[in-house]
Amino acid sequence: MSEEIIIDKDTVEKAYLKLKIDAEEGGYHLNNDLYFAKELTKSLLINEKRYGYPSCPCRLASGKKEEDLDIICPCDYRDEDLNDYGACYCALYVTSEIIEGKKSFTAIPERRNINKAQVLKDNILPSDLTKLSYPVYRCKVCGYLCAREHPPEICPVCKAKKERFEKFL
Amino acid sequence: MSIKTKHVDGDDKGKVMLFALSTCMWCRKTKALLQDLNVEYDYADVDLLDSEEQDEAISLIKKFNSSGGFPTMVINDSNCIRGFDEDKIKEVFGK
Repeated sequence: MSEEIIIDKDTVEKAYLKLKIDAEEGGYHLNNDLYFAKELTKSLLINEKRYGYPSCPCRLASGKKEEDLDIICPCDYRDEDLNDYGACYCALYVTSEIIEGKKSFTAIPERRNINKAQVLKDNILPSDLTKLSYPVYRCKVCGYLCAREHPPEICPVCKAKKERFEKFL
Repeated sequence: MSIKTKHVDGDDKGKVMLFALSTCMWCRKTKALLQDLNVEYDYADVDLLDSEEQDEAISLIKKFNSSGGFPTMVINDSNCIRGFDEDKIKEVFGK
């Protein structure tokens, strides 16, 4: 059995503030239920210690980073879930509608496996697009696109790491 | 079942097995609601199990919940409540 990981309150507080600043800078919002958001922050810190990466607190990580890239927070599914339900799967991120109390957040269905099948189906390119002078890379977290030989080290919009980019065109 | 489970006392409302993650707030809300409704249940925090037990837990969960998400609550080895479905949990166990 995995040993219990203890994270002290101060560490959680600092990590929460960093997440909040990064979120607001990118036009996102953390859940304004402070207890909820801070407990999720703590869970991310626990997962980072346990697996070496902050995987989604509400999904079971495999322990293999390459298999879990899509569920490293912020996950690949956050934006679609915010759009459809006003909150991401674990509800760390919510929309302004929820912050303003116009809508309440609830548990939502998992879209992870459904999306994986969709990506395979969608990855067929029309032949004229293969003549581009540069490949186009897409950040799977926020959708940022850039035309260059390689994806950037860090997404300039959402700060996701290079490994979260896919070749888009 | 060789998975290490934890027991929570309450009223016997059938055999209730909850598969949860220790890090998940929806799983915590589910546990809190079961406690509020005074339901006797067993649970496993699957992320804290060793890998063999995890595999066994995942195959049990998938029998009832093909998406394999958490929490998954199995009642009397036959019914299942997927996710934190507050209304359904209250309907099944409500006073």
